Amino acid sequence: MDSVLERINKNHFWKFPGGIHPPEQKFLTNDKPIKNLRLPKELILPLKQHIGNGGELLVKTGDKVLKGQALTRSDNPMSVPIHAPTSGTISAIKNSIIAHPSGMSELCVFLTPDGQETWVARNIVENFYSLSKKNIVEKIADAGIAGMGGAGFPTSIKVNTSPGLKYLIINAAECEPYITADDLLIREHSSAIINGIDILNHLLEPEIILIGIEDNKPQAIAALQAASQKNDKIKVCVLPTKYPTGGEKQLIQALTGQEVPSGVLPLSLGVVVQNIATVFSISEAIINDIPLLRRVVTVTGQALQKPQNVWALIGTPIQHLVEQCGFNETEQQRVIMGGPLMGFALPTLQVPVVKTTNCILAPTNIEISPASKELECIRCGQCSDACPSSLLPQELQWQAKAKEFDKLEELNLFDCIECGACAYVCPSQIPLVQYYRVAKAEIRHNRVQDFKADRAKLRFEARKVRLEKEKVAREEKHQKALAARKAAAKTSEGQANNSAIAAALARVKAKKAQGGEAETTGIDSSVDGGDVKSRAAQAIARAKAKKAAQQTTSTPVTVESDSKSQAAAAIARVKAKKLAKEQAAQAASEITEEIVKPEVAKSKVAKSKTAEPEVVKLSPADEKKAKAKAAVAKAKAKKLAKEQAAKAVTEITEEAVKPEIAKSKAAKSKVAKSKVAEPETAEPEVVKLSPADEKKAKAKAAVAKAKAKKLAKEQAAQAASEITEETVKPEVAKPKAAKSKVAEPETAEPETAEPEIAKLSPADEKKAKIAKAITKAKANKSSVSKPSSSISDDDKKKKISAAISKAKAKKATATINKEESE
Amino acid sequence: MTFWIASSPHNHIKAATPSLMRFVIMAAIPGVFAQWYFFGWGTIVQIALAILFAVLAEITFLAIRDKNIKSQITDFSAVLTGLLIGISVPSLAPWWITAIGSIFAIGVVKQLYGGLGFNLFNPAMAAYVLLLISFPLQMTSWQPVNSLLVDDISFFNNLWLVLTGYTWEGFSVEQIRMSVDGITMATPLDTLKTDLTLGLTVNESFANPVFGEFIGLGWEWVNIGFLLGGLLLIAKKAIDWVIPASFLGSLLIFSFIAYTISPDSSASTMFHWLSGGTMLGAFFILTDPVSAATTKKGRVLYAALAALLVYLIRKFGGYPDAIAFAVLLCNMAVPLIDQYCRPRTYGHKGVN
Ligand code: SF4
Ligand code: SF4
Repeated sequence: MDSVLERINKNHFWKFPGGIHPPEQKFLTNDKPIKNLRLPKELILPLKQHIGNGGELLVKTGDKVLKGQALTRSDNPMSVPIHAPTSGTISAIKNSIIAHPSGMSELCVFLTPDGQETWVARNIVENFYSLSKKNIVEKIADAGIAGMGGAGFPTSIKVNTSPGLKYLIINAAECEPYITADDLLIREHSSAIINGIDILNHLLEPEIILIGIEDNKPQAIAALQAASQKNDKIKVCVLPTKYPTGGEKQLIQALTGQEVPSGVLPLSLGVVVQNIATVFSISEAIINDIPLLRRVVTVTGQALQKPQNVWALIGTPIQHLVEQCGFNETEQQRVIMGGPLMGFALPTLQVPVVKTTNCILAPTNIEISPASKELECIRCGQCSDACPSSLLPQELQWQAKAKEFDKLEELNLFDCIECGACAYVCPSQIPLVQYYRVAKAEIRHNRVQDFKADRAKLRFEARKVRLEKEKVAREEKHQKALAARKAAAKTSEGQANNSAIAAALARVKAKKAQGGEAETTGIDSSVDGGDVKSRAAQAIARAKAKKAAQQTTSTPVTVESDSKSQAAAAIARVKAKKLAKEQAAQAASEITEEIVKPEVAKSKVAKSKTAEPEVVKLSPADEKKAKAKAAVAKAKAKKLAKEQAAKAVTEITEEAVKPEIAKSKAAKSKVAKSKVAEPETAEPEVVKLSPADEKKAKAKAAVAKAKAKKLAKEQAAQAASEITEETVKPEVAKPKAAKSKVAEPETAEPETAEPEIAKLSPADEKKAKIAKAITKAKANKSSVSKPSSSISDDDKKKKISAAISKAKAKKATATINKEESE
Repeated sequence: MTFWIASSPHNHIKAATPSLMRFVIMAAIPGVFAQWYFFGWGTIVQIALAILFAVLAEITFLAIRDKNIKSQITDFSAVLTGLLIGISVPSLAPWWITAIGSIFAIGVVKQLYGGLGFNLFNPAMAAYVLLLISFPLQMTSWQPVNSLLVDDISFFNNLWLVLTGYTWEGFSVEQIRMSVDGITMATPLDTLKTDLTLGLTVNESFANPVFGEFIGLGWEWVNIGFLLGGLLLIAKKAIDWVIPASFLGSLLIFSFIAYTISPDSSASTMFHWLSGGTMLGAFFILTDPVSAATTKKGRVLYAALAALLVYLIRKFGGYPDAIAFAVLLCNMAVPLIDQYCRPRTYGHKGVN
């Protein structure tokens, strides 16, 4: 670190390999101030202007909007909102061609300016130190700021890191020929830029702030040096002009001598790089409360009479820009968005300026000759001499043509930054970068296919296991049913009177009891009827607690009666797989799908004595079915982070819980605690009381399934995926007498959730099947939600939806909970 | 309104393979001039013949392979190949030697392998080796340096000689090669080799008139000519300086080692540098991009290997000059060399 500082102080920087010196052509525009344009007739605002996702639309056609009003809202960190760059009316919301190399269409908001420039209420903050860091990050996100240098990565993510960086690098290199937008911005707004740097300094607390700038911008360098004098953390680093110094990785290498390891973010080296135009926007957003509405665009090229830098509102059609600069269309005219080396040719002039547009280049054919014929590679190696990433472009193109994708990856194709230096020098005029792009796209496509196939396989296997289990369970059930029928026949003979005794089911839950004790009290079921034989059923209680502090007590109560009781075991199965991928970013996506379907079928007679606490269900019915259906909650979050940035956590959770209780003849109660996979808890409960005679009650289970899709892509992402599959199948069969059962299956996570199902079905010669509810809940910050559903039904079929609550908890506050049953 | 769509990058350095080839051809002029000056019109005749046959062969094979003749012939690579063959072939060799060489170089070594960029071997050198092996007698028919000749041979006589084997006046190649004192002249490298086998020391051998005052009469100037052209190429960045530097440097090291061990039987570095095809090889042949290594480290290794082979063959081999053999052997090693000399990609520290 010291030697790095020493070198920086001596203006003695590092060299990155390769690089080229194309004609700069900056003189076209760097001698004129930034011009303000008159308002265009219409603004076209694509919802998505950067890496990530578009936000959620807040306006509709016909709405009047004010300058600075948000048009979309960001619903996840990877999306940034857009704002109305001026006041006016929304004339349409439709697909339109956007600035993309493929000329594809995306949803755009069309805004007709009213010329009033009426602002929304603004809140100017003179002293940003009065804002909390969280507040500042939020403001940056709300201002719709995305990296203005290239890919347009949402800035709020980049600045939302824990403080204590080594280097904050401000990228002012602007190495592409022709472009002078940053140059002019620095010259005219250096104090705002320094304010922006101060804000970042406050947020990130870096050890040192380096402004990387090429030596071909003497005025800008002087302006920065003058403005940064009072902060000696800031070093203006003047680098020799060489393309691509402004590449993020190259700039880091040139300034610090370090290489960013392949596939990870610069943050791993303690480095954050921000484009200087972004820094300016941050300052505007925080201090003046102006969201990102406009940017400096270099409109240049010799097909223009008056090339100049302009302040362009986001959404301004390129047509408007070039017309203002005296555009003479020539034969085979190309209009390039971006610089001549990395920009892309536009299909039409109706494309709007977006947040990442730094240059519009309209060259003549003499200036930049149209693509000429491609010859064979003569293996001259000039491309590899020019490559800043030390790749072997000639071998890459060879393998790309042969579609040898494995070899391409071996040759580190994905470390190619597509800077175009190789193609620039190639004497055979091979469009090398084009070959790489195609190959990369194909490889990515293949990866997606592979991933899908893998996932399908996984799901298939999970399903197989599940079906297998179901089959076993079914067979068991049949056998038990048979036995029960025989027993029932005997019992009924012996009965003197017909009175059936209904059981009571009560269920009490106490949540978050301070003591965190678990108490389980067995259920009493009383059987009255003088001549009734009673047999005592066995109660089975099973409790498992993982925390030492918690003790679960179960009291089996044995009641003598004539009933048999059988309790089947619960099976829990959990699988968790980790699918974390190598590369850099972390993307979190979670797709959770839950299906909960409790079903209660055919409860004919319900004789309930007691129903206690929270949710009680009584469904006394004869020859009826009661069906309770569940609620389905499904949440999908797709792709949250792309390449270089994001964090991906994938979780695939599949849960299948199928408790089944068959044939309870006497009163029976069961409490099942099913697993909860998440730290925080939610306790949805379904309580059913279905005392019945000669009835069946069937309860079906809930399945929760969550899938997460590809969350992180190649070079950047770290994806952690987890596939959890749980299958819980408690089964209780044929209790004849009063029976109580408390089952507490394992709790996988520190915190617990306790969905419970209590059933009281005292009956003789009846079957009761009760399905179980599944709950999956995630509670955000220790909130606990308790959906409950009750069913009560006479002679009817019923459908009942259960509630599912789903919450996500990010923070580690722990909750404790306890359950109590009857 | 339709716009011209192209992929980035949009601008280009404007160096193109055809102009690169043309430039290399130009750069050979000093060497060719020296060769003409010392060895007469035969050189020019051979070069013209070689280029003619090379281009004809290129056109024919492109037509057979159904390729775009115009675009490929204008890349000048065939002309360059012809030029190199013409320079290498002895000035008094019969025309069919040159013709066979050119046709073989273009047809077999280049086009059969897939055309420009795909040939494993340097076409000119492969052809030269073929000729040397097949027609050893004709391939030594170097005319003595003009000043050692009885009479100067006119361009017309020279042309006639190449085409028919006799000058207009009826002298045969053998008679022409006789020097004033009636001894058949060989090249300096041949002479030295023969003398050393006869038990003479290097210094004794140097008393032979072919060596002139310096290294080898005429040959030294030819080499200096190619050196000049080569330096020009490097200055204009048409070739990579690494290969010639590594080649000449390694040759220096090897000859120096040998010279220290056995001064009597080893020629000096200067002799190695300035005789035979050393400079032509260093700047015009080893640097042929297609058949050379492409990685930086690979090129160093490639050229050093060539130097080692040249030295070994000159010293121990059966053939006096060794550039062609060395180049071919090195060409074969190129894929291997490149495989092991890949640069470390950015961000792959410690991985590769
Ligand atoms: S610069 Fe072009 S011709 Fe030369 S090796 Fe690279 S791809 Fe081949
Ligand atoms: S485009 Fe890729 S291969 Fe070509 S020079 Fe840039 S990084 Fe290297």
